[in-house]
Amino acid sequence: MSLAPFFAEGSSSVIEVLKRTDPWILCFSLLTVVATIWMGFWSARKSKTASDFFVAGRAVSVGWNASAISGEYLSAASFMGVAGMVMKNGYDALWYPVCYACGYLFLLLFIAGPLRRFGAYTIPDFAEGRYDSTLFRKIAVVFVLFIGFFYTMPQMKGAGTTLAYIFPGLPYWAGVVLVGAIITLNVALGGMKGITLVQAFQYWAKMFAICVPIFVLMSVYGGYHQHLAANRTSVDAPALMETDHSVEGREVLRKELPPQAPRDQPWISPFGSLTTKAAAKAGLTPKEQRPYSLLYTYSLIIALVCGTAGLPHILVRFYTNPDGVAAKRTTMWVMILIGVFYLFPPVFGVIGRNWLPDLYAASGAKGTDKIVLELPRILNEKYGPWGSVLSGITCAGAFAAFMSTFSGLLVSMTGALAHDVYGRMLRPDATSEARLKAFKVAAVLVGTVAVLLGTCVEGLDINFMVGQAFAIAAASYFPLLFLSSWWRGMTMTGAAAGMLTGGLLALGGITLTSVSDLAHLQGLDTFWRHHPMVRIFSEQPAIWAVPLAIAVMVVVSRLTSSRIPSDVRMKMLVLHAPEKLGLKQEYIQEHHSGH
Amino acid sequence: MSAPPGEEMHSEAFLHRLMREQLRLSVACAATFCIALLGLPLLNYFFPQFMAKRVFGFTLSWFILGVLFFPFVWIIAFVFIRRSLALEQKEIQRAQGPQ
Repeated sequence: MSLAPFFAEGSSSVIEVLKRTDPWILCFSLLTVVATIWMGFWSARKSKTASDFFVAGRAVSVGWNASAISGEYLSAASFMGVAGMVMKNGYDALWYPVCYACGYLFLLLFIAGPLRRFGAYTIPDFAEGRYDSTLFRKIAVVFVLFIGFFYTMPQMKGAGTTLAYIFPGLPYWAGVVLVGAIITLNVALGGMKGITLVQAFQYWAKMFAICVPIFVLMSVYGGYHQHLAANRTSVDAPALMETDHSVEGREVLRKELPPQAPRDQPWISPFGSLTTKAAAKAGLTPKEQRPYSLLYTYSLIIALVCGTAGLPHILVRFYTNPDGVAAKRTTMWVMILIGVFYLFPPVFGVIGRNWLPDLYAASGAKGTDKIVLELPRILNEKYGPWGSVLSGITCAGAFAAFMSTFSGLLVSMTGALAHDVYGRMLRPDATSEARLKAFKVAAVLVGTVAVLLGTCVEGLDINFMVGQAFAIAAASYFPLLFLSSWWRGMTMTGAAAGMLTGGLLALGGITLTSVSDLAHLQGLDTFWRHHPMVRIFSEQPAIWAVPLAIAVMVVVSRLTSSRIPSDVRMKMLVLHAPEKLGLKQEYIQEHHSGH
Repeated sequence: MSAPPGEEMHSEAFLHRLMREQLRLSVACAATFCIALLGLPLLNYFFPQFMAKRVFGFTLSWFILGVLFFPFVWIIAFVFIRRSLALEQKEIQRAQGPQ
């Protein structure tokens, strides 16, 4: 991959692009990139090995660790995607930020405690430890890669969109290639490990970059509530007069909506354009669309809540606390930190609808996904370059978001590929030098595939794609983790069968709808029009895939009940008994003497 | 850790009670959360006029989902963490009790 075709047009086009670049925005973005890479290398030097990261990290304080977990969690979808989707789809898109934050509760209630006590750092570790099966480990690794690629695509779209905004005229794919190449190189060279300090810094950078511009914008152009109040519905007019005196007489200004924008009523009300799309295409009346829309909403909620609870890369950080009490306190702070963060992105979407409605008319990298980046610039009309400065700050936040998530994913996927696929399956006898080389090759391989996939998805919303990755995790990892922690009767065969059935069917449905949306396949479009229900079930599979995976796990486990691990009682005890009782050590000793 | 964990800990009854109590707490918290999470779409569906009423300029539905939901979840998490820590303490005492 290279930039040659773009730059081959002559250096004049490069100069043209640079001329149209806003220096403030460029300056802040460059600063973030350099700071992130420098911090990555600086802290990578300080902690050399993976065990350093896990063991030494246990001294990390609650505040730092909570910031680090939150920093790792907030990706391009949270930073840019949520705002873009709220602007585009209104109320329905609000489910995303709420469920991203609330899904964490499910993780806390059912999964975090047992997994921490069990001492499994990753899902493949857990799969192997719980069922004493290396085969199952391999299956779990394959899913790490599947879900990982789905999760890298929106990060790449974030990168392409941001670069296309910073350098007007730069094609979308060039931004994806450039950012993808920089991060891949960085990971291959050993920077960007999941270091607490860097991740914690990233959280505060993102928080600063999202809330400072929004407070300035609100003080100049009117508050969140005023901008929402400007969107009138049919039941509004009398209610406004009676109850809401604060808004009366202080109407905010808004620009005229282009024809592509949804009208006020469907935008601000539940069951709007996002959830009724399939039924609307089928030509159903608004009344007939409503049940479909409710179904879509429920499926989306299940995907997001269960998907968060099944997201593997977050679990690791529960081990960087000294004990279970600190781990729980950390989780409380994480919920507060990400909850506060998620209050802000929808505000960008709401103000964006009133002040930058032109984005509705554009698509891809020029569409609503860039609202967070572009909105602060409206201040330039009144206060000179200050709008650009704030826009530079949000660009910096966007960089922090997709760079941290993409490098985190790249590290874990490369690790899975180099450590599990190469080191355990292909060449178990490889030397450590060969393994290190394999890590670098794997990083480049994974990075290249991620970049290639990223260039294909310009037409899809960032946030929507992340929702899809969550749906696959919800149908595969969530049932696995939930049942393995709470049900003794589960066997390896049952777990694997359920995970594969739920995960692969969800993956298939989602791929089908995404490909048909991107490529506009005539035959499929006609099919969807005739069968809106099938379309909803393929686009949002969680509502059937999660129960299906659980059912398959239960049925197959019952059929193979002779193969329940013999020491299942001890395993359950380790999963549930308080850490202070020291069962984990006892279990390890028994386990090792048994071999 | 003062006393070595006793025989009690490895008994079937101990594990059974341990898991049941933990699960009961988790399910109770999850149920409170799910009633709100799954109930809101139903309210939107059956009482659209009521949910479209304005509260400080927000629609009622927007205000609940976009603002109130976060503190609501914090409260559940806070209660769960406190109770589960108390539960762990109780379990430790039970396991080490006789000594």
